[in-house]
Amino acid sequence: MSTTMVETVEKAGIGPMTARSDAALHPARISIRGLDFFYGTNKALKSISLDLPEKQVTGMIGPSGCGKSTLLRVLNRMYDLYPNQRAIGEVLMDGENIIAPGMDLNQLRSRVGMVFQKPTPFPMSIYDNIAFGVKLHERLSKSAMDERVEWSLSRAALWEEVKDRLNASATGLSGGQQQRLCIARTIATRPEVILLDEPTSALDPISTLKIEELIDELKHEFTIAIVTHNMQQAARCADQVAFFFIGELIEAGPAAQMFTSPRQKRTQEYITGRFG
Amino acid sequence: MSATTAMAEPRRDLRMAATLSRRRQRRNFVIKVFCILATVVGLVVLASILFTLLRLGIGGLKVTVFTHMTKPSGEDGGLLNPIVGSLIQTGIGAAIGTPIGIMVGTYLAEYAAKSVLGNAVRFVSDVLLSAPSILIGLFIYQLFVNGHGYSGIAGALSLAVIVIPIVVRTTEDMLRLIPVALREAAVALGAPKWKAIVLICYRAALDGIATGVLLAVARVAGETAPLLFTSLGNGNWSLDLTKPMASLPLAIYKYAGSPADDWVQLAWVGAMLITFGVLALNIVARVALRPRR
Ligand SMILES: Nc1ncnc2c1ncn2[C@@H]1O[C@H](COP(=O)(O)OP(=O)(O)OP(=O)(O)O)[C@@H](O)[C@H]1O
Ligand SMILES: [Mg+2]
Repeated sequence: MSTTMVETVEKAGIGPMTARSDAALHPARISIRGLDFFYGTNKALKSISLDLPEKQVTGMIGPSGCGKSTLLRVLNRMYDLYPNQRAIGEVLMDGENIIAPGMDLNQLRSRVGMVFQKPTPFPMSIYDNIAFGVKLHERLSKSAMDERVEWSLSRAALWEEVKDRLNASATGLSGGQQQRLCIARTIATRPEVILLDEPTSALDPISTLKIEELIDELKHEFTIAIVTHNMQQAARCADQVAFFFIGELIEAGPAAQMFTSPRQKRTQEYITGRFG
Repeated sequence: MSATTAMAEPRRDLRMAATLSRRRQRRNFVIKVFCILATVVGLVVLASILFTLLRLGIGGLKVTVFTHMTKPSGEDGGLLNPIVGSLIQTGIGAAIGTPIGIMVGTYLAEYAAKSVLGNAVRFVSDVLLSAPSILIGLFIYQLFVNGHGYSGIAGALSLAVIVIPIVVRTTEDMLRLIPVALREAAVALGAPKWKAIVLICYRAALDGIATGVLLAVARVAGETAPLLFTSLGNGNWSLDLTKPMASLPLAIYKYAGSPADDWVQLAWVGAMLITFGVLALNIVARVALRPRR
């Protein structure tokens, strides 16, 4: 509720928003080239080309249904779970096309982690939620695992709140805590890229703030892509902003430039809230 | 007259709203009364069954019921061999039927949801679910007994055939209730599909699947018809699975219709033991599965 309030206040103002980051873009960690995506025969992404700069945050914005979630689900091949979904083109990571057949999907997903819009704690203890992902890819001793759990929970700004009840069920946490647990679970497997699909849309302003601070922290180590409907959030978090519209990438660029002088009229209209 | 210009502002008719509200409350009341009545009828029937069992059974409950074999009327017989036989056959039946049922249910929910083979398997399983149990007894009779003789293992197998479709149904239903998001979350961490199913989905569906298994056990614990053709019953002590084996339902069947008073009394004790045994199993499972926090 209060996020929309902030937005209204901002939209009522005259000046455009300014991005917090004015960093130049780093070299690409993932390069998307000429990517098409199909749900059956319905084309949801049309020849997308976009670089995700290493150890920076790419904010993906655009009206509902424009294909932002679809793009994220290509990057860790979640779409592979569904037989009628298909991607064509190139998504390069270390020179390898990750959407080509023959890719080791489990290994890819350990390198490209994903946090969903709704928190999805597993029906087990907080500790086991973290350990589950780690055990898939590593053999750790008990003490090394304890350390990993503490490390990831601390990074996700949750350690202080849960350190005394690591063996309690994760479903007993609040929504915001659950979402931070999901982030901790994802970073515990030490991925290289983290995909966040509207991670704060179900959260209160305090939890949202915590997660945004967390993203700021995490980008020192991880390459991050975040989908958001909240322009403030994009302005606060992103180093690069990409604007999508009905399956097309209209424009992408450094956040500072996108918020002050977008090249496309539609981008400007969307960012200032005049349509979308 | 064009529709756009002549459209009147919708207005709220307060009197009508009040009438509708009263009508709603009346209906609500009537339906509530019906539901309560139906519940009372169900409870009365159930309570009277339990009460009758207790009234007629408790008088015959002696230590010798658990220590003596079945004996001819008038010789102070017990139910030791039927009790043990029932435990063995029900136990083996559940032990064979449960894993098969869970795996088939998993196949239907996770691997063959919309495939032709999946639909066929589901259909057959549902037919089996409602097949008369005497038919299943005949089936096992044809397959294992005819030519080899009656045996405890044949009895256990016929019970397993009854367990399977019940567990298939509940496993599939429970797995389908698990949100897609939970599976995707597991897969997104790099878990292969089978690990997502075994480590996440089973855990989330544990209560439901366990309830299904219990239902199945409760159902077969009291089955008589399939055992008639398979394990036959045995008046003597025998743990040999290849020989005829006694069981409580068969003992009840034999004793309840006899003219001897002490046998009729033992039949009531046997019925009471089955019923309260199943009840106790349910309570224990419920306590054990209660979500801990
Ligand atoms: N499972 C699906 N099957 C068929 N079409 C789908 C499916 N999921 C999404 N689509 C379609 O693909 C297009 C892009 O959807 P997507 O979910 O990527 O949008 P989005 O940008 O994430 O929207 P939102 O901001 O509302 O989350 C939409 O037109 C949608 O209808
Ligand atoms: Mg989306």
